[in-house]
Amino acid sequence: MIEIKDVNKVFYQGDKAINALSDINLTIEQGSIFGVIGSSGAGKSTLIRCVNLLERPSSGEVLLDGVDLTKLSDQELTNTRRKIGMIFQHFNLLSSRTVFNNVALPLELAGVSKSEIKSKVEELLALVGLAEKRDVYPANLSGGQKQRVAIARALASDPKVLLCDEATSALDPATTISILELLRKINKELNLTILLITHEMAVVKGICQEVAIIGGGKLVENGLVGDIFAHPKTELAREFIRSTLDLSIPADYQERLHSTRVENSYPLIRLEFTGASVDAPVISHVAREFNIDISILSSNMDYVGGVKFGLMLAEFIGPDECAEKAIEYLKQQKIELEVLGYVI
Amino acid sequence: MSFNAVVTWWAENTRLIELLVSSLWETLIMVFTSGFIGFVVGIPLGVLLHLSKKNGLLESTSLNKILGVVVNIGRSIPFIILLVALIPVTRFIVGSSIGTAAAIVPLTIGAIPFIARLVEGALLEVPAGLVEAAQAMGAKPLQIIKKVLLPEALPGIINAATITLVTLVGYSAMAGTVGGGGLGDVGIRYGYQRFDATVMMITIVILVILVQLIQSLGDYLVKRVDHR
Repeated sequence: MIEIKDVNKVFYQGDKAINALSDINLTIEQGSIFGVIGSSGAGKSTLIRCVNLLERPSSGEVLLDGVDLTKLSDQELTNTRRKIGMIFQHFNLLSSRTVFNNVALPLELAGVSKSEIKSKVEELLALVGLAEKRDVYPANLSGGQKQRVAIARALASDPKVLLCDEATSALDPATTISILELLRKINKELNLTILLITHEMAVVKGICQEVAIIGGGKLVENGLVGDIFAHPKTELAREFIRSTLDLSIPADYQERLHSTRVENSYPLIRLEFTGASVDAPVISHVAREFNIDISILSSNMDYVGGVKFGLMLAEFIGPDECAEKAIEYLKQQKIELEVLGYVI
Repeated sequence: MSFNAVVTWWAENTRLIELLVSSLWETLIMVFTSGFIGFVVGIPLGVLLHLSKKNGLLESTSLNKILGVVVNIGRSIPFIILLVALIPVTRFIVGSSIGTAAAIVPLTIGAIPFIARLVEGALLEVPAGLVEAAQAMGAKPLQIIKKVLLPEALPGIINAATITLVTLVGYSAMAGTVGGGGLGDVGIRYGYQRFDATVMMITIVILVILVQLIQSLGDYLVKRVDHR
């Protein structure tokens, strides 16, 4: 279990102090997958580096199973780091070593015997599905394969915790999914605690049980992923959720869009369903009840942690007053709704 | 020049040929001995220069400054002046200031700062993320140097060795002018001072071939060890 208590990190640029992290408090349970999300420059990279003290917090405590890492001697810290695996955005594999020898490196560092190294490395390469690449150099691997080698390397010293520093940010979407599947598999099979940082809500949605949102070096919101998606309390959280459901108005609609109602135009409406929205078939209900036609332009609905949420762009076609009443009704159903304009 | 002419020239100039062979041998000894010792001292110095830098693994601004100044002094003295200035040192170490063994002293001392800077540059090419990854794995500083920095910088270090050896071939010719022997000595005494164009040409051709061989071998080795 990891506990981050009142962690602050101040960088100095000349005489100017920059608060990279301010009073961060987090508890990460043994065996969970915890995500930290934030935009670039929010301090999430500094935060994950504080967990294995690659970056020393200016104040505060970092506890791993009750032991405060900031108070350890260099030698003790070195030994503790062997229990914390880490993978990186740019993989950081040694180009001078083959796949096998890259995975063997942490074991060599710990002084493990040659025969033990061999069996351990082969077992790990099988786990990440790269057994046949053992004698290949990293330069000849794809990005996804490199990250698999990095994961095998991080697991070599049987860590309790795996830190993932933007581990999928340099990968394409399909590869990202396969790496996330691998992380979920090792989380289950090895009961490994995973702390990952990312700027992609899709990653959090795909794999994390809990999430913390950080912005400007401060912890903005944290909790179970389902709860955050259902009831985002802050604008930042809402933005990240929206970023997973990118819905933009098509260009030809944009041209035909007027800000005020004109003759023969219909309102173009964005509906946002959140955890608070009434879980009922409202769209077909509204169409029947208020005698309008609803033409869905685009829609992106998702289901995370037991909550339906999503965005929809739709035209309400019908007499003015019917559309108005329908809008009023939907608002009562706790659906966030915005009239983007009127389309001819 | 026909084949017969070459054979006649060869027969008539056996003494000159013996001289060229022995001086080539002297040149090789000077270049490779000073190069070897230079690397034994220069690599640790380059590593230290790299590690003591700001945000380096063993950050120490004062050490870095001192090393930097010493290395820069070594690099800024023209070799021909270093050669003469070091005569007392040479006499102390070798017992004489004349001869191939004596030439090795200034060559080595001239090579060390040169190598240190080249090695520092090679280490700079190693991505900082690799050191970070090794630290995260629980590697101690010495392990990081041995298992990460030096192996990853090996192509650059071999390249540095090639450049150093080629430079030393040139420097060794200068050492010849103050009694160091070697091909440079032959070129100056027999070729330049006696106006013997043939000897001059032959020494130059041998030096060109020597440099070509060193460069090709270096390039080949870099290609073998470079998996980037």
